[in-house]
Amino acid sequence: MARLSVLIVEKDRERALRIVDGLAGSGDHDVTVISEESGLARRIAELRPDIVLIDVANPSRDVLEELALATGPLDRPVAMFVDRSDEQMTRAAIEAGVSAYVVDGLQAERIKPILDAAIARFHLFHKMRAELAATRAALEERKIIDRAKAILMKARGIDEEAAYALLRKTAMDQKRRVADIAQQLVMAAGLLS
Amino acid sequence: MSLHPLRVGYVPLIDAAPLIVAQELGFAAEEGLGLELLRLQGWAQSRDLLGTGGIDAAHMLVPLPIAQRLGLGPDYPDFDLVMFLSQGGQAIAVSAALETALRAAGHGFAFDDPVAARDALERVAPAGLRVGVPFPFSTQAELVRRWVRGSGLAARVTVHTVPPPRMAAALAAGEVDAFCVGEPWASHAVETAAGALLLAGRSIWAAPPEKGLVLTRQFAEARPEVTGRLMRAVWRACRWLDQGGNRGMAADILSRPEYLNLPPELSERGLLGRLHVSAQGEVRQFPDFIRFHAGAANFPWRSLAALLGRGIALAQGLDPARAETAATAVFRTDLYRLHLRAAGADLPGASARVEGAMRGPTAVASEKGQMILGPDAFFDGATYDPASTVR
Repeated sequence: MARLSVLIVEKDRERALRIVDGLAGSGDHDVTVISEESGLARRIAELRPDIVLIDVANPSRDVLEELALATGPLDRPVAMFVDRSDEQMTRAAIEAGVSAYVVDGLQAERIKPILDAAIARFHLFHKMRAELAATRAALEERKIIDRAKAILMKARGIDEEAAYALLRKTAMDQKRRVADIAQQLVMAAGLLS
Repeated sequence: MSLHPLRVGYVPLIDAAPLIVAQELGFAAEEGLGLELLRLQGWAQSRDLLGTGGIDAAHMLVPLPIAQRLGLGPDYPDFDLVMFLSQGGQAIAVSAALETALRAAGHGFAFDDPVAARDALERVAPAGLRVGVPFPFSTQAELVRRWVRGSGLAARVTVHTVPPPRMAAALAAGEVDAFCVGEPWASHAVETAAGALLLAGRSIWAAPPEKGLVLTRQFAEARPEVTGRLMRAVWRACRWLDQGGNRGMAADILSRPEYLNLPPELSERGLLGRLHVSAQGEVRQFPDFIRFHAGAANFPWRSLAALLGRGIALAQGLDPARAETAATAVFRTDLYRLHLRAAGADLPGASARVEGAMRGPTAVASEKGQMILGPDAFFDGATYDPASTVR
């Protein structure tokens, strides 16, 4: 059986490499990575890949949609957005954030291991990204709470522990988060100063 | 009272204003809704999220749900368009090289004369004129096809998809020679000196429906109560956008980092109909460059579905008559009547009409007596009379 040619469209080098690594476990393929969005249609026409993998949120997907339509049924480089017969695989892919364009007539059993590997990699990336965002948000909240404590300490002449206790009590009374109360306080202080 | 959350996808363009305004100015909250607005990167993504349940509703190119129904996309549950969000707002731009050639040939970049612009372009354009549009199924593609039809340009033009944020770069890099796109992306090309604006979309077709509010049929029918609330909130936001003096504030809201993330000065051009057509700062006033409400702009005429369905079918080699009938079922004038009557929307007596027949504002019969529609003429005087199956 001929090796499949897989094209990955991805700007982020680190991410592209990880997807390539992930695919290595799913069989022996020719994998190419394109990071440049300009001239995408021309590159695909040259490479004639069997499968194109691209982030669901990549704006260049709309270019692939056109390729999938524009070429004749016999020479289409990219035929359809995943396999029409496998709705579950489509959903799993989109939820993971990966879209796949597959050459017409390619059997589902040859596509599946590749897509499964890509889905796993994309999930991993989402998890990492979500964790990073959560860490950033927590840091941001920490800073706001520190500023609110400083405002209270100065205005009421209390120590840090008492300032935090006051924030926490107010939050509990109002059934709000400490960070929300701190945010309001910082904003109000900004208006009054 | 807690608000009912709804996830709504939009692509960052000035015509996403109705959804953003509905949330920001409290029209959604008045209906008990909290809109979680998700900024998307393109139309395929919007379609896929709606099709797989990642969002409840979408700001979508009007022809896109029609193309879905014609089998030109992935196999998702049926999409329905329940109301239009905007009309117009597109512009055609040409590359800096073509601008120079057009000026040398005496073209004045009036922005509102499709025949003069087409004739001038025919004299100076290369053998192959590549025109960028945001998506294969877009009002922009329909506008370009109509503009060149029957002219010497028709055989020379090829239409290519370019993601709107990349339009200016694609024009500058010579990947396309011209493009038709929604604001602010045409102005963005002028701002980066990649090209000049040749025509307003509304100069080619006075009432081109541009974006619609699209839901899955499943959602619209299983949850009529929430669908109605969403439609009323968005309809009121559209009305607000077309009330005098509100567009400047709308530009400020839209431009915020969480939405379009652009200088308000750029979003304002399309919203106020004051376009800079060239990098030298020549300004053209185009009244009603984009409409959100006036002239019953939100009513999803079944005849427009048929017209656009026919355009897609002809471009894709499908049977036009079947496409017209299938397309008509996508536009839910029944839901529009059901849900917006309560908000005070006046409703036309008919749900289909002859398209392109109104050269100026025209009074027609409505539930409240009379309503003013139009104009909706095409620049070349063409009209489209839908088949009886559509009416």
